[in-house]
Amino acid sequence: MPEVQLRKRVIIVEEIFHEGGPIAAKPPRRAAALSVIHNPFAGKYAPEIAAFMENLNPLGLEMAKSLVAALGGDPKVVEGYGKGAIVGQAGELEHGALWHVPGGYAMREILGGAKAIVPSTKKVGGPGTRLDVPITHINASYVRSHFDSMEVGIADAPRADEILLALVMTTGPRVHARVGGLKASEIKGEDGLR
Amino acid sequence: MKSKIRKIVTFVEETRTEMGQPVNPPTRRAAAAAVIENPFAGQYVQDLTALMEIGEELGTLLSERAVAALGIAGPSAESYGKAAAVGENGELEHAAAILHPKLGTPVRKVLGKGAALIPSSKKRGGPGVPLDIPLGHKDAAFVRSHFDGMEIRVNDAPRANEILVAVAVTDSGRPLPRVGGLTKDQIQGEDGLR
Repeated sequence: MPEVQLRKRVIIVEEIFHEGGPIAAKPPRRAAALSVIHNPFAGKYAPEIAAFMENLNPLGLEMAKSLVAALGGDPKVVEGYGKGAIVGQAGELEHGALWHVPGGYAMREILGGAKAIVPSTKKVGGPGTRLDVPITHINASYVRSHFDSMEVGIADAPRADEILLALVMTTGPRVHARVGGLKASEIKGEDGLR
Repeated sequence: MKSKIRKIVTFVEETRTEMGQPVNPPTRRAAAAAVIENPFAGQYVQDLTALMEIGEELGTLLSERAVAALGIAGPSAESYGKAAAVGENGELEHAAAILHPKLGTPVRKVLGKGAALIPSSKKRGGPGVPLDIPLGHKDAAFVRSHFDGMEIRVNDAPRANEILVAVAVTDSGRPLPRVGGLTKDQIQGEDGLR
């Protein structure tokens, strides 16, 4: 499989003090790591693509590390995560699906065994396309306070023959979470769900 | 603080290749943006001093955040820019009050020098409006390799009664500059122009 060709990396960090309610004692943060890579399968249908996932592993690890660094360097502060991809218009949605395994593996590796499935989304789009990356708790998908999302995008990406890969991590619940449901303090931590 | 900040977002972009050509060292630019309450939303106020003071505070905060996001010392910064987007209940003059009278001095203090005008843009818009922050060399506005711009946006800002204020800082010019003009090694640095 071809080597990964990286054009651009972007890091975005949001620090949220309030949203009309009381100012948070510990403002929650959301961080996104975006990488714009060349799509080796652009422009033609390739029946065999799965081996490229392995090539993406080192990039995934680097992105997950850079996210933890952007959040201060301690993986223990990370409570939520998500991932996504935008495939340029000369590619197909299935190329975005190549990111499921390496993106998820990388964050679990860096966070030390997170249990919940990493929520994800993907689409085909042009430069400047926005992606709402879904976010859930890293150890229990049903923790309602941590259902969140982060909108990401890059003005000049993805070009037609590129893929924009995204990883997202958060440090806490929505800033004024108050709609009940399973709490982070009630996680059993056995099945990744509750 | 005089500013009532709802959210701070930082962006770092690193360009590794352009049209298949390696960019070595990679060009990097960062922007820090604050979403603040507009104290004058919904009313015409003659005296905009309060916004000028907010601008002064944000000059320090945002330039420090941008430099930290790049991981460089302030004086290593090469170009800069600033911009603001006023929510629909405010006026363009509110952006002018934040950006122009007092924001520049603390930015220059953080960056060590800054003889050149800080290029700027402003607009009124709704949540998610893209902000194109113009960039120019901090010591000599005519350095052609550093004429640039950085697009940022925050999907949930500015709300109607908010202002999105951004400062961008780079450690480099465009990725592969080749349209001639004054180069950075020719800077005299006396008048802020050449």
